[in-house]
Amino acid sequence: MNSIWTIARKELSDSLRNRWLMAISLVFATLALGIAWFGAAASGQVGYASTPATIASLASLGIFLIPLIALLLAYDAIVGEEEGGTLLLLLTYPLSRSQLLLGKFLGHGLTLALATVIGFGVAGVAIAVLVENVAIASLAAAMLRFIGSTVLLGWGFIALAYVISVRVSEKPIAAGLALAIWFFFVLIFDLMLLGTLVASEGQFSAELLPWLLMLNPTDIYRLLNIVAFGDTAQLSGVLSLGADLPIGAAGLWIGLVLWFAIPLAGALLLFRNRRI
Amino acid sequence: MSCFDLDNVSYRYDKNPVLRGIDLTLEPGEILGLFGHNGAGKTTCIKLILGLMTPNQGSVSVLGGHAGDPQVTQHIGYLPENVMFYPQLTGREILNHFARLKGASLQQVPKLLEQVGLGDEMDARTKTYSKGMRQRLGLAQALLGKPKLLMLDEPTVGLDPVATADLYRLLRKLREGGTGIVLCSHVLPGVEPYIDRAAILTDGALKAAGDLAALRRQANMPVTLSLDPANSISALEDVIDRASSSSGLIIKSDSGRLRVDVQPRDKMALLHALMASGEVADVSIHQPSLEDIYVHFIGSGGLAHRGGSQ
Repeated sequence: MNSIWTIARKELSDSLRNRWLMAISLVFATLALGIAWFGAAASGQVGYASTPATIASLASLGIFLIPLIALLLAYDAIVGEEEGGTLLLLLTYPLSRSQLLLGKFLGHGLTLALATVIGFGVAGVAIAVLVENVAIASLAAAMLRFIGSTVLLGWGFIALAYVISVRVSEKPIAAGLALAIWFFFVLIFDLMLLGTLVASEGQFSAELLPWLLMLNPTDIYRLLNIVAFGDTAQLSGVLSLGADLPIGAAGLWIGLVLWFAIPLAGALLLFRNRRI
Repeated sequence: MSCFDLDNVSYRYDKNPVLRGIDLTLEPGEILGLFGHNGAGKTTCIKLILGLMTPNQGSVSVLGGHAGDPQVTQHIGYLPENVMFYPQLTGREILNHFARLKGASLQQVPKLLEQVGLGDEMDARTKTYSKGMRQRLGLAQALLGKPKLLMLDEPTVGLDPVATADLYRLLRKLREGGTGIVLCSHVLPGVEPYIDRAAILTDGALKAAGDLAALRRQANMPVTLSLDPANSISALEDVIDRASSSSGLIIKSDSGRLRVDVQPRDKMALLHALMASGEVADVSIHQPSLEDIYVHFIGSGGLAHRGGSQ
């Protein structure tokens, strides 16, 4: 446990030193406040529209930003140490490979969680203080849900980045694959799903289709933050399939947890079997 | 308890044998030189002892335990070849990090940095370090927590002569304290005075192992005598011809001196004859050096081997 924390501690102090933590927090706070105040600008007015609309907009932007940040934070976790020449040395210390990877996860995971809590937390407090007549209780619940699911989504992509990082032997390849993963889940997946829907002309099993959304953590994340308001009208595109998912919020939370637990377990397994 | 004990160890990499039936031990307070051409299996040996890999055959015991066990690796210091560190951290920060990983006290960090001569640079980021400074930081890292087994791969690369002498002095001190030390180096004349035993690897097999005297006996290489004639070279040559009945000496004239290669077992007889004849003004005796022994065991195909990679 001690050595896991030693590794995590270095990652945390690295992200303080290179200003990553501060930069991500700032981006999140700016994003949240910008959307809160100008989210309704399209309909011709400036000002806080409503909590559900704000959260829905935040979640839609979040799926672009959070996976990208998580992948950038974590893609070089192992391959970076290897290229830097420190991996071999680290492994000669009383430190197992699993401990090394878990320490990295703790460090990167805490960095992302801290930035999310600080960035969106500040925005939430600002909304509560500055907007008149906002229902504090529902705002707090929505913000907590949003922050919690954002952290889980980020952890999922950190774990996916590790799967790459323990497999490849060159940093540029890891970076390329990380971008490919981002591209796939954020842009391609929904298009493919839509294409399947249209091409199958309703032949596809209606019970099975909504479950396909569970194959994409970013879809689970959006569903989670929109469905919670009981307002399925906000669901657009393929997400409207989610209204037919028979699992409810708890199932979606479990889905997000699995989406970081399974890739992390996979990365651990791959790393343990890797030749040094 | 041996520092390590390799017993009939073989290791294959993708079915290519890297090590074949290696038997090698190191006792506390002993300095072992591990030599071989590139790709001979030195690094693989070290990785097996560090527990980074497990052998396909044979057993590796280290400090009385299994290679790679945390209780064992805690007492091993290792300096890899071409050691690298986190460029954005200072020497002190890096050593603190590794000390925490090793469960060693942080108080020794400034002392170790002073000891390797980085006292003034310990708070500079390591990206500003020269090769020699990185090497010294690597040494300090290997010395964390008073290791019982110290393995150094090319420790003198990038060190100036003074720092090299300091290093060997330090190693002697550690050896007196009971640390077992493995030195891998290509600078054979440099390490020769400091090692207790040498092990020579070629193509994954242990060609020879023992102290220098034993290796010399095993190699049975001629000893070279340099002789200054008291009167004339021809008189001296006569003495040698008469003394050497069957040993097949090689005699070369060399600007007024004679160089005579003599088999070790004939050496004393020849010396007695020379002393008795009164034809010798001065004599010096050259034992085969570690380098000569190394070349002998590696064989004349050595250059081809040295082109290998690893």
